[in-house]
Amino acid sequence: MKKTVFLGALTVAGLAAGAAAAGTLDDVKARGKLNCGVTTGLVGFAAPNANGEWEGFDVAVCRAVAAAVLGDSTAVEFVPTTGKTRFTALASGEIDMLARNTTWTFSRDVDLKFEFVGVNYYDGQGFMVPKELGVSSAKELDGATVCIQTGTTTELNLADFFRSNNISYEPVPIETNAEAQQQYLAGSCDVYTTDASGLAATRATFDDPSGHVILPEIISKEPLGPLVRHGDHEWGDVVRWSLMALIAAEELGITSANINEMAAGTENPEINRLLGSEGNLGEMLGLNADWAMKAVAAGGNYGEIFAKNIGEDTPVGLARGLNAQWTEGGLLYAPPFR
Amino acid sequence: MSTLTDPPNESFRLSMLINDTRYRSLTFQVIAAIVLALCIWYLGNNLIQNLRAAGLNISYAFLGDSAGYDINQRLVEYDSQSSHARAALVGVLNTLLVAFLACITATIFGVIAGVLRLSNNWLVSKLMAVYVEIFRNIPVLIWIIIIFTIMTAVLPGPREFRGDDATSSMLFDAFAFTNRGIYTPLPWFQNGIFESASMNWLLVLAGLGLSWVAAHQINAWANNKQEATGVRPKTLLPVLAAWLVPFLALTMIMGLTWEYPELKGFNFTGGIKVGGPLIALWFALSIYTGAFIAENVRAGIQAVSKGQTEAAAALGLRPRRVMNLVVLPQAMRVIIPPLISQFLNITKNSSLAIAVGYADITATLGGITLNQTGRAIECVLLLMLFYLTASLVISMVMNVYNASVKLKER
Repeated sequence: MKKTVFLGALTVAGLAAGAAAAGTLDDVKARGKLNCGVTTGLVGFAAPNANGEWEGFDVAVCRAVAAAVLGDSTAVEFVPTTGKTRFTALASGEIDMLARNTTWTFSRDVDLKFEFVGVNYYDGQGFMVPKELGVSSAKELDGATVCIQTGTTTELNLADFFRSNNISYEPVPIETNAEAQQQYLAGSCDVYTTDASGLAATRATFDDPSGHVILPEIISKEPLGPLVRHGDHEWGDVVRWSLMALIAAEELGITSANINEMAAGTENPEINRLLGSEGNLGEMLGLNADWAMKAVAAGGNYGEIFAKNIGEDTPVGLARGLNAQWTEGGLLYAPPFR
Repeated sequence: MSTLTDPPNESFRLSMLINDTRYRSLTFQVIAAIVLALCIWYLGNNLIQNLRAAGLNISYAFLGDSAGYDINQRLVEYDSQSSHARAALVGVLNTLLVAFLACITATIFGVIAGVLRLSNNWLVSKLMAVYVEIFRNIPVLIWIIIIFTIMTAVLPGPREFRGDDATSSMLFDAFAFTNRGIYTPLPWFQNGIFESASMNWLLVLAGLGLSWVAAHQINAWANNKQEATGVRPKTLLPVLAAWLVPFLALTMIMGLTWEYPELKGFNFTGGIKVGGPLIALWFALSIYTGAFIAENVRAGIQAVSKGQTEAAAALGLRPRRVMNLVVLPQAMRVIIPPLISQFLNITKNSSLAIAVGYADITATLGGITLNQTGRAIECVLLLMLFYLTASLVISMVMNVYNASVKLKER
């Protein structure tokens, strides 16, 4: 008996060690499903809709990668993670990639051994207060009680901002955005701080969005992007170039409406290489030739995804701003597909 | 002719390890120990190899780095520039604080409910039965969240105290009940003997200690007198004087004054703030564990033979004195061992604090620090070490107490 248990433990441990070593791309292909870590629910970025299907800006990245790798944008298992559990979930292999408005920082990249594959949203930390408080600047927040999601970069930026401005505050740590919203609306904190996009998304769900103002100060740079584990470069390349394909598609004018037509071949060689009618970019990645075409067809190009989930016509109502293409004064810039 | 020879000097053979009962149990213990050691070695080695493969290592150097985050409730000096170790200390103290408070109140609730559940009054005993069954059958996390949610939803926010047409007002202008916590006046000494406030408070405590000794002496004197003469001298006034005179004199000399909480800017300032998360956690742990303790108390009381009650009643003792002098002291030896488990449960359940944003050790070291540094293995090991130490200490103290109250047989 004792022996069997011991041998069993050995087998399990051996299997676990074996799984960690194999390539993620092969794992995903073998499994037929992509495990993608998302938030536990932030309208516009990642939240289940009325039918229980996940949708949103971050979800679209997961779907694009699944479409590129497996040819099926629905072959995604969404794993909700909190600010606290996300990195453990990724490091332990529970998820293949994390698309969860996570800020690209030095220590996460270098010390935690993750690989940020790019930026899908350029953000900055902001503050939201009820209009009735009559606050017009974050520097007037001396003595305020601030709701903040713990374990995030916002927590550190907040401490730095108040310290450098020599004013005090009382933090109210909370786990999820939903909790923060409840605390903030009940008045148990004066201010809610997180990435400005998150504030806008949260405010959009309020009964009376106009009763709350987002203060003008943006106190940090928050480049949000998907990430994978360090050391598996083939997989990192797949996720990176799937994201880049979405961005390049917008720049090149490929939309979900004209993609089939363009995939047949165009005058523009870069479009041809991207969509697979010319060259062998897909083969280099270990994917089919139509990988990028599938990725873009899944939810449209970057601009379409933005407009559909968080753009100005949605309740979240974010302007493109920094997230416009480089050709239009923004920061989005996909390296050449050649 | 046969000669008697000594029995052959039995030499040790390897097969005796299995066949000889003198050695057999030893053999199996050694085998089990080796297997266990191999298991631990294998798992440890596996961990180290996998960490190395991922380019990571185990290092506690991060504890000295600046933490960078703020904590809302701190019993020692702390700011965002302090180290992660300091943040962990703040968490440790917060955990111990809520565990200590909850152990006391849970015991009080438990003893009252346990005794009342055995009451002859049908309504009282049924009410207590309902309390016990409701509270111990719903997970404590749910109670913590329910109480915290009710507090934030029902109590007014500080902004409702503001302005001329404020919808809420402070009780006696001294206590403010808000959804962020309860603000009470803070006593402090205008012309204290020492510089630091805590030294002055220690002085007051020392004074109270002296009072206790004096009151004890007076009682001992009264007992002697009663033994000798049969008449007990009146001790109420001297005992009261022994308690009050030094205390009043000390506080008068040092000039005791109160700092009242005031609404300034966004929040109340001044006074003492007992935060909402602390109250919710404390109260939830108390009523939840109190329900378990009530059952322990009931079991303990029912374990005392009914003859004891009847004999005490036959001596003419009133029911309350029967309970206090005869039944409860005997019930203690049944109550205390499971009570230790309940105290351990309170300490460990306090790790649910993060659900309401209370900065205990799980929230600081096991939450924010773990997340900011990514040192999951190190932080979790430290957490395990802390909870293990705390539990063993509580266990030890309670076992010493148990030894002192258990039935002494001669």
